[in-house]
Amino acid sequence: MEGISRRGLGGLAAALAVPAAARAQTAPSGPPIRIGCSMSLSGGLAGNGRPAAIAHRIWAEEVNARGGLLGRPVEIVVYDDQSTGAQVPGIYTKLIDVDRVDLVVSGYATAIIAPAMPVVMQRNMAFVSLFGTGVNTDFRYDRYFSINCTGSQVKETFARGFFEIAMAMEPRPRSIALVNLDSDFHQRTAESARYLAGQNRLRVVYDRAYPPSTVDFAPIIRAVQAARPDIVFLGSYPPDTAGLLRAASELRVNFGLFGGPMIGPHITAQKLQLGPILNNLVVWDVYAPEPTLQFPGTQALIEKYQPIAARENTDALGHYVPPLAYTQMQVLEQAVRRVGRIDQAAIAADLHAQQFDTVIGPLRFDAMGEWTEERNLYTQYQGVQGNGVDQFRRAGTQVILYPSRYRSGEFRRPYTAGAA
Amino acid sequence: MDPDLALLLNGVVSGLLLGGLYAAAAAGLSLSFGMLDVVNIAHPAFMALAGILVALLWAATGLDPLILSILLMPAFWALGAALYVAYHRFFERRGDEAIQGLAFFFGVMFIIEVGIVLTVGPEQHFADAAYASTTWRLGEIDLPLRMLVPALVALAAIGGLVLFLRRSFTGRAIAAVAQDREALRLLAIDPVRIKRLAFGISIAFAALAGGALVVVQPVDAASGHVFIGRIFAIVIMGGLSSLGGCVIAALAFGVVENVTATFYGPSWSPAVAFGCLLLMLAVRPQGLFGRVA
Repeated sequence: MEGISRRGLGGLAAALAVPAAARAQTAPSGPPIRIGCSMSLSGGLAGNGRPAAIAHRIWAEEVNARGGLLGRPVEIVVYDDQSTGAQVPGIYTKLIDVDRVDLVVSGYATAIIAPAMPVVMQRNMAFVSLFGTGVNTDFRYDRYFSINCTGSQVKETFARGFFEIAMAMEPRPRSIALVNLDSDFHQRTAESARYLAGQNRLRVVYDRAYPPSTVDFAPIIRAVQAARPDIVFLGSYPPDTAGLLRAASELRVNFGLFGGPMIGPHITAQKLQLGPILNNLVVWDVYAPEPTLQFPGTQALIEKYQPIAARENTDALGHYVPPLAYTQMQVLEQAVRRVGRIDQAAIAADLHAQQFDTVIGPLRFDAMGEWTEERNLYTQYQGVQGNGVDQFRRAGTQVILYPSRYRSGEFRRPYTAGAA
Repeated sequence: MDPDLALLLNGVVSGLLLGGLYAAAAAGLSLSFGMLDVVNIAHPAFMALAGILVALLWAATGLDPLILSILLMPAFWALGAALYVAYHRFFERRGDEAIQGLAFFFGVMFIIEVGIVLTVGPEQHFADAAYASTTWRLGEIDLPLRMLVPALVALAAIGGLVLFLRRSFTGRAIAAVAQDREALRLLAIDPVRIKRLAFGISIAFAALAGGALVVVQPVDAASGHVFIGRIFAIVIMGGLSSLGGCVIAALAFGVVENVTATFYGPSWSPAVAFGCLLLMLAVRPQGLFGRVA
């Protein structure tokens, strides 16, 4: 037997002294763990689908740099669903049956998640979704997990923040107008607002949905003005949000509280376009770059994302979808690491049982796969001047008003759509 | 003023302004679909393409979006003329223009939309005209320049097109090719050349409509979808080959939509507007200003 030299002993000691984490950073080997998803890389949802795809790529690169998942490299297999739900079942069938992916996650938004559900359920795969609202209410699939802050009690909780802000106003508002886009998400949010208006004894003086084909929003805002509500709750998607806020500016609105789930200012291009019209607008959101909402990895992710987004001509700031898309992969990664193998039932059981530490903070899933604790943020744009992008990177431009544990500023009123 | 009367007047005025935008979008189609019998389903996609190009040029130069769209019109004319050459060669000449021609323009529409996403991204693009945040007020009537200026420019351009079609030899040839292309040959006029010229003009009008659209709202690759049904309805309602009818139908469409939205809610707007179209076609199948065949 060969004797052990002092140099050999030194080498052994050095090897033992290497921390476990550093050893894990050796290059991953073996066949990749393939994670399949559809993503809206073109079409109407691409504005959010492409940033989500970038966040997925960043996650995969980081995991591979850290030594992979279970020692194997991860590979994301993504197909463009063209923002069309009809494409989605075929994509997941191909991913699972032809590409033989090991895991699946969803593309962006309810309209894309729901069509994937029957295929995923048939194969009994764990499924982590992105920005789905109430998708599992009908399916009741026990391996579904939602990365969206709305929680499972959408009707009771979605608009709670808006009404808490409203009912703290002096004098207290007595009437409300509800305007929403005729879409699944906004119907649910309007239902929450209707329910909470009743709970708070607010008189609903205007309650109308508008179709997605609406071009001119002046008649809607004018009719809302004519109804003389104290506060206005609006739910809209980006092109409509711009139209509604432009019309509000042209018609010189003046409401104590104005806003809601108005998706639009979440996208950098619209922030820049609207500029001071955003001042005092209260907007539902999932993330804002405020000091109260910083978790390990959040800022690093955004700093990695922004140069890629600039190269790929997509959302410049990445405050809306990328943190949640990255979280979608983080929870799957943590569950797989804990389980130690690709076992759909065990992964799903782990997802139900454990808490996950993510770039958007700690979270847990309930029996329906929604977050045990909803985290609908109600934020307010304040002090926006001109149309520069840098102000939106700074804290204090989009302050968090609700929930109180993340509050970073005080509510300002009234909303006058940019009028001095 | 009585609040309901003020609401009604504002609904009518804002509807007329919206109708101006619809007229801009429908005028080009009235030329291609109404006069040339080319079912260019991609017309709104050209409009979205122009809107995005205007937004990009506006970001680079700061020039007024409507001026930029007018500057883009020659390039779009050339694009339209080239497209017609391909359409004529592969479909019209063979007599395959009905279904296969329609499929061709569907394909063009998808190519434009995907091309936009791949080259400039799926984001919305916008251009802020200097007057976009100004609203004139006449008593209780609001006139937002964001809607008024594009409507006036569009109506002026359509007026110029009407004059061209009525007063110039080429314009009359365009009107004639819609009725009897063989008769044109007797006058030693090449109907294919005339149709190529006219189709180019129709696409040039899509450029103008794109400029008008980007003043009104942000534009992305899919922005044209909203207009497909509306502008075909307007062209049919106006009487296919009548530009005047097209303008009146567009204004009527805008007024019906906005007055309905004001008093009965925006969900009813498309239903009432398209209901009016069906009713009118039942009473007058040839449209407002169409001639009975």
